[in-house]
Amino acid sequence: MKLEVFEPRIVAFVCNWCTYIAADAAGVARARYASNVRLIRTMCSGRIDPQFIMSAFEKGADGVLMCGCHPGDCHYREGNYKALRRYILLKRLLPQLGINEDRLRLEWISASEPEKFRRVADDITEQIRQIGPLIENGGE
Amino acid sequence: MADKPKVAFYWCASCGGCEEAVVDLAEEILDVVEAVDIVFWPVALDFKVEDVEAMEDGSIAVSFINGAVRLSEQEEMAHLLRQKSQLVIAFGSCSHLGGVPGLANLWDKASIFDYYYVSGPTVEHGENIEVPEVKIEVPEGTLELPEFWDEVKSLDQVVKVDYYLPGCPPTVKIVSNAIKAILSGDLPPPGSVLAGTRALCYECPLNDSKPEKLLVKEIKRVHEVEIDPETCLLAQGLLCLGPVTRGGCESLCIEGHMPCTGCFGPLDEVLDQGAKGLSFLSSIIDADEEEEILQILDKVPDPVGVFYRYSLPRLSLTSKKEVKLGG
Repeated sequence: MKLEVFEPRIVAFVCNWCTYIAADAAGVARARYASNVRLIRTMCSGRIDPQFIMSAFEKGADGVLMCGCHPGDCHYREGNYKALRRYILLKRLLPQLGINEDRLRLEWISASEPEKFRRVADDITEQIRQIGPLIENGGE
Repeated sequence: MADKPKVAFYWCASCGGCEEAVVDLAEEILDVVEAVDIVFWPVALDFKVEDVEAMEDGSIAVSFINGAVRLSEQEEMAHLLRQKSQLVIAFGSCSHLGGVPGLANLWDKASIFDYYYVSGPTVEHGENIEVPEVKIEVPEGTLELPEFWDEVKSLDQVVKVDYYLPGCPPTVKIVSNAIKAILSGDLPPPGSVLAGTRALCYECPLNDSKPEKLLVKEIKRVHEVEIDPETCLLAQGLLCLGPVTRGGCESLCIEGHMPCTGCFGPLDEVLDQGAKGLSFLSSIIDADEEEEILQILDKVPDPVGVFYRYSLPRLSLTSKKEVKLGG
């Protein structure tokens, strides 16, 4: 195990109207980014139920990325604000459970920002690689 | 006598409130005693474990087990009663979801023992304090204690549970309804929670005063306000978990002018009560700027304690501690 490089598993919940299109554009442009990030498309960042995030961590994700439209740009007017509030509260909850809060990240990435998507995907992968795997009793 | 269905009651990691809830049946308990034969009830009757062991498998019609499972002894008893019973009913929040004792899952055995026997502020230092051992030799012989698990579990994480009676404690009404249903054989599909199927808000007496669109600019804690008994508590800024909690409790806390804390657990559609509660609160906060949101949420200093108060053992994530917590 020690010889292997730790490859983080990152689940990204991305909004259909912005980040998903950006990720698609990044792919069409053949931009290279970390393959550690697995996308799950939701219709809005406001659809990202905190249950999804907890479940991702429970089932083996080392990091979770929430992506939505920039403030003011939500297709459904206020879904991204709900995502922001959930994110803030989750960031407070995770350390209580003994989970590094940096494992959860929220980013606003519009449809016209494939480069930002690429950067964020690489960046969170490196960040989680630094933090290490989320394993049972890892802090013991 | 022999024809009466046999019933057992047992308690695991609990406060005794669930036993009280059985006694609270008051006169109705006489009907129960009339209809059944109580064969095991450590808190009230002098039957021993050997008596249960001597019974034939499946000879107990129904076992009501309250409390969470924290010790090896509780796990053994749960297995024993499961083997001897046709139906096992998780009685109360702790048995159903892990309950308040389940909050201990924020720590593990080592840190709990360290705090309570070595480093806690009420422990006198410098002495040779002995941490309880499972087996200890004394001049009189060997003494044994049950083993203390790293984690608190809900009953269904240990044995198969047929039905759940939620609540901290379950109300007289749902207990007597459940007993009647069991005696008459008129039971819902196995695995059901024997309480309401809709959120508490549906039956809340203050529901009429709930605004069309519920938004909260300021969260108030119960000790900070004089509660208006006529207005929806959420509309008053009190964090009431009614919208995400199973109903069937007759709104007892609301009638007592206290917000719901979620003891009846999540609705059938919800897997993670805490995450759902967190989601709900986030949805009604009336602020879009990060700073303002943070300021409003300052009144929720302990999200785990608020949202996972009764259901932390259901979250397997607690076994993935990477930051050492507590004292």
